[in-house]
Amino acid sequence: MSKKTAWDIVMLARDAQRPKAKDYIEKIVDDFIEFHGDRAFGDDKSIIGGIGRINGTAVTVIGQEKGSTTKEKMERNFGMTNPEGYRKALRLMQQAEKFHRPIITFVDTPGAYPGLGAEERGQGEAIARNLMEMSRLKTPIIAIVIGEGSSGGALAICVSDRIAMLENSVYSVLSPEGFASILYKDASKNKEAAEKMKITAKDLKELGIIDDIIKESENKEENLEFVSGELKNYITKTLKTLNKLNTKELLNLRYEKYRKIGKMEE
Amino acid sequence: MVIDKIKKVNNADEEKPQKNTKAADMLVGKWVKCDACKEILYKDDVHKNLSVCPNCGKHFRISARRRIAQIIDEGTFVETYEDMPETDPIHFDGYLKKIETLREKTKIKEAVKTGFGEIHGNKVVIAVMDGNFLMGSMGSVVGEKITLAIEDAIKEKLPFIIFCVSGGARMQEGMISLMQMAKTSAAVAKLDDAGLLNITVLTDPTTGGVTASFASLGDIILAEPNALIGFAGPRVIEQTINQKLPEGFQRSEFLLEHGFIDKIVERKDMKKTLAQILELHKK
Repeated sequence: MSKKTAWDIVMLARDAQRPKAKDYIEKIVDDFIEFHGDRAFGDDKSIIGGIGRINGTAVTVIGQEKGSTTKEKMERNFGMTNPEGYRKALRLMQQAEKFHRPIITFVDTPGAYPGLGAEERGQGEAIARNLMEMSRLKTPIIAIVIGEGSSGGALAICVSDRIAMLENSVYSVLSPEGFASILYKDASKNKEAAEKMKITAKDLKELGIIDDIIKESENKEENLEFVSGELKNYITKTLKTLNKLNTKELLNLRYEKYRKIGKMEE
Repeated sequence: MVIDKIKKVNNADEEKPQKNTKAADMLVGKWVKCDACKEILYKDDVHKNLSVCPNCGKHFRISARRRIAQIIDEGTFVETYEDMPETDPIHFDGYLKKIETLREKTKIKEAVKTGFGEIHGNKVVIAVMDGNFLMGSMGSVVGEKITLAIEDAIKEKLPFIIFCVSGGARMQEGMISLMQMAKTSAAVAKLDDAGLLNITVLTDPTTGGVTASFASLGDIILAEPNALIGFAGPRVIEQTINQKLPEGFQRSEFLLEHGFIDKIVERKDMKKTLAQILELHKK
């Protein structure tokens, strides 16, 4: 595990064959029903949202989906979410709050979509709104980075009580290419940037940004099965812990979780 | 009067291009060229006009210090958290050195100033970002100061006003910067829960992680005219969609048109507009 470079992990996280949100939902969520639309503009297929059961507990699931085939990738905009996607996610999360269902999010995006329409429809506002509202949703939230968790586009469904990353996933302020082009003025220095940025599960656990790392199998063919099992156990165990807290404790701890990041002694 | 001076400079330009370089050198420090209408302006006139071009109305970018002087009643500003120490969470080569050099050069400590002050006698907590410091980017100090200022507003039951100018998250601090978006937005939620007024003022440019957090979360969102406001940068969008962006895209007027800001306010009217809103929220 530790022999891989950060760039090796970026490549694994982006691997087209890697299981996606849809695959994990199929494996671990029973009786899943997908719901659509933000009730304002449209239905963003880069976000799958719905309800189902994990180990008997009814949950709301939000997953960023990049798609597997070329056709599906196009439909799902390669996992690059538009404002209506974030608004659909928020609508379903607020519905979860109403019915006291825990929320599970699967994060996998190269970033929020930087398009003309996205700006016209308030990409910044949509992300900001999710950050604010998720910080005070009165129900437990678990976020899991399953592939690429890039920038504000990932954070917008990541504010949670527990955040875990799959062993071969990355979570970053920007893609290594974007980072290199800004700070080194050269996008081809992406590998160098990846090593510097501290974007692996191990680095982010050390930095106190994430809580847990979920193991993967070295065998690609078995990985979906293996990770699904790990995810199911992790979610079940974590919900059990979070369910012991009353709403006030839950929200105070969630606030403190983010409050302490980048806090310094004067 | 300004126009006469400009004409003089312009004529000199045409007649003696050689000598003009020298003349221009002599004038350095007294004259500026408006990057919008290209007029040569006398610096004092611009300054007296609140750093707005007297010719075309372009709102130039201004420092936090000058902004505070324009908005806050004289003698009432009490700065908070001025000396917060820097951190280098991902040990990025040369980052702390860069901060140190920048502090010496600009005499600015970080990309945001926070404090208490009064606007026509109305007490507020105010945060003013400064684009002269690493593009107003948000790292841990900026995120922490804004969060503390919001918490001060909650503690003292005061309205919160923030002037935004930022290129977004500060890359040199990696994920710690991204997390400041979540932290500040969570603080805004608390401010909201406390029933306190939150006014955000978007100035040129407000982009990236700042647009995607507290800047877009005001109860009332004001903007200066023609400010660039957006999530993704215009160049990134052009590369993605492979076409030129329409005129005025991501400018204040565009955002007003699309329903994302409440009102565009010229700099000369900003203080009285804020005072008016504050008065209307008095209990």
